Amino acid sequence: MIAIGPEPIDLAALIAAVSRPAHGAICSFLGTTRETSPGDDRPVEALDYEAYVELARADFEAIAAEARARWGPLEIAICHRTGRVALGEASVAVAVGSPHRGAAFDACEFAIDTLKAKAPIWKRETYRDGDTAWIANTPP
Amino acid sequence: MALRVLAFARLRELLGFGERTLEVGPSATLEDVWVSLTAGSPEAGRMRASTRFARNGVMVDGTTRVSDGDEIALLPPVGGG
Repeated sequence: MIAIGPEPIDLAALIAAVSRPAHGAICSFLGTTRETSPGDDRPVEALDYEAYVELARADFEAIAAEARARWGPLEIAICHRTGRVALGEASVAVAVGSPHRGAAFDACEFAIDTLKAKAPIWKRETYRDGDTAWIANTPP
Repeated sequence: MALRVLAFARLRELLGFGERTLEVGPSATLEDVWVSLTAGSPEAGRMRASTRFARNGVMVDGTTRVSDGDEIALLPPVGGG
């Protein structure tokens, strides 16, 4: 399951998508929008995400394929919001189902780290004073 | 020849378009495309070192030549997650 769009993230749907009778573990990660950025204490009013959807979708598919190759057998779901995301809501979600928890944890961490480093998705913070800034990711 | 150019995030704001067509001469490279697009925006021009290019959905460098009908994307540093 790969999704990029404005719809709110439905964690239950991700978990259902990676559940299999042979699995004994499901690991999920939710990234939620934060009220301040590192090194900037101005309060954030709202966040907007923009994506080059075709390329981001291809990146998500490549991340899923690499996760399966390295830690499979597993099922993986990756979703990212676009447009305005209210403070405290999830902007990104990864869920991995696998026979054992070690592979699920490792594949989940790999997926979110790789997504944040590479996927063509951008985040703009709007502050309470009306100012805006595009925020680039830093290595984990 | 005509290209379809996509600009995202800060570059979209500075260049004033998210998508446009651009006419370029034969044997133009992506660096030529960049110079042409940012000629009117020094602030955008200063983002060259941090900007990556995609041609028809594949990451490429500035020496890559473009072809008629290409989709070119200008990608500033990413911030997903």
